[in-house]
Amino acid sequence: MNFKSTIGLEVHFELKTKSKIFSPSPVTYGAEPNTATNVIDWGYPGVLPMVNKNVYRLGIMVALATHAHILPQTHFDRKNYFYPDNPKAYQITQFFQPLARDGYVEVEVHGKKKRIGIHEMHIEEDAGKNTHGTNGFSYVDLNRQGVPLLEVVSEPDMTDPDEAYAYLEKLRKIVQFTGASDVKMEEGSMRVDTNISIRPAGQEKLGTKVEMKNLNSFEHVRLSLAYEEKRQQQVLLSGGRVQMSTRRFDENTGKTYLERVKEGASDYRYFPEPDIPPYKIKQDWIDEIAKTLPESPMDRRKRYIDQYGLKPYDADVLLQTKESSDFFDQTVAAGGDPTLAANWMNTQVNGYLNDHRMELADVKLTPAHLAAMIKLIKDGTISSKIAKKVFAETIANGTDPKKYVEDKGMVQLSDVSVLGPMVAKVVDANPQSVEDFKNGKDRAIGYLVGQIMKQTRGKANPKIVNKLLNEELNKR
Amino acid sequence: MKLTREDIAHIATLSRLSFDDKELDKFTKQMGEIIDMANQLQAVDTKGVPATTQVVDRDTVFREDQPEKWQSRSEMLQNVPDSSNGFIKVPVIIDKDDND
Repeated sequence: MNFKSTIGLEVHFELKTKSKIFSPSPVTYGAEPNTATNVIDWGYPGVLPMVNKNVYRLGIMVALATHAHILPQTHFDRKNYFYPDNPKAYQITQFFQPLARDGYVEVEVHGKKKRIGIHEMHIEEDAGKNTHGTNGFSYVDLNRQGVPLLEVVSEPDMTDPDEAYAYLEKLRKIVQFTGASDVKMEEGSMRVDTNISIRPAGQEKLGTKVEMKNLNSFEHVRLSLAYEEKRQQQVLLSGGRVQMSTRRFDENTGKTYLERVKEGASDYRYFPEPDIPPYKIKQDWIDEIAKTLPESPMDRRKRYIDQYGLKPYDADVLLQTKESSDFFDQTVAAGGDPTLAANWMNTQVNGYLNDHRMELADVKLTPAHLAAMIKLIKDGTISSKIAKKVFAETIANGTDPKKYVEDKGMVQLSDVSVLGPMVAKVVDANPQSVEDFKNGKDRAIGYLVGQIMKQTRGKANPKIVNKLLNEELNKR
Repeated sequence: MKLTREDIAHIATLSRLSFDDKELDKFTKQMGEIIDMANQLQAVDTKGVPATTQVVDRDTVFREDQPEKWQSRSEMLQNVPDSSNGFIKVPVIIDKDDND
């Protein structure tokens, strides 16, 4: 029997704010447990939650970047549940009137373009973090309670795990380039829940949904969905029924395990949050935010290839993060040749970051310095060999390349009146090389260039040395 | 709408409460009376009146994104039944795996 899969994804993004969504508690990552939380987060009697304006602003940016329709009026609702990660016993979310609806992202899977719909996206608060001990107790840290989240709910448009993977990659990139979230799976600023149901081919009615929460990586998403496809098929083929439930993926065994039998939606007893007034989002404000929206990764890619003539591969490497793309753009804006800038970014800069396990933001290299160095290469002031030394100094110590080259006397020697006699002398001193050259051994030139480089301590302009050597050898 | 004993038992489960038979009878009756009282509102003609989600006469109230430190950890942990190394200590709550 053939089965068809229906996959939907719910992606939570932590929005990059300084304070929480309903209280001024600082948003921290890795702080001591329960040091960044207050009475509003815990829902003490008499406290009044107040909405952080930045949360709406960042949410609207993502809505705009995914072509979603922003609702003119939204309000918050309470989702009631009892679990120690939330001392209020309810989560404040947007159930009835979410921030935005009907967006989409475009993906390319198996060589085919496909549009994956976004059903809706809403703003809500994060819950605290439970660590389960082995001694029958859990340990709760409420620093994360109240951190703003944007939940992006896809349409169940995906039909296999690869499409789910492609959707996640594209959505992450789009959100990252708005600057609204750090989108780091490993730090929990991007979290993925999946749901999957299967049905026999030809059957209209969708099968029973199984949900998987808190997957650690895109690869786990793919593996867990593939495992569930098989597991559910076996359940159905053996005459069983798939149970509506939440399951957990274990990366060690590659299997999924039941976590809880799902409560029906009505069990959450959603009702409008009485402590927070409704929000009317004016078009003026949306327009204002739209003007600040950074250029999308798709538009940047087009610009890099069409306008700068970069190879698609080089463009994609630059576009792996917003930081590197921004750095490249600033280097070009500072006068750096785009092709050279891309080469230096993708080889030397990335190599340095990998070797030192650093982020672009942590190094002393600035786009202005990289541009200045590229200009020195481009106008022949320094050779690319010398440039590597300059680069090492600039990225490690933030030294101005131009000043460094001047101070160290690294300026490339291009003066024919100096190089000419030097070349003649080297040729005189190496009759064997002259003979080799005449016998068609091109390697002879390389040896002679090496001699000149040695004498000038690498400062001679290799192009000019080559030209002069050819002229000199042909004279003999 | 009439509340049944099963409704009360279900709500109790969602709230992590457990009642014995006597308590279930008592709360079914009490909750029923509360619902009956609230149901008097059904007599009001609300035709053409939009659903009310808020009774406060204002909207779109924002706070600027400015972090502030209010309570210290020791203050926050004062009302916690049990704590350990700055964490709140609670009994483990995970449903049993009954699918495999």
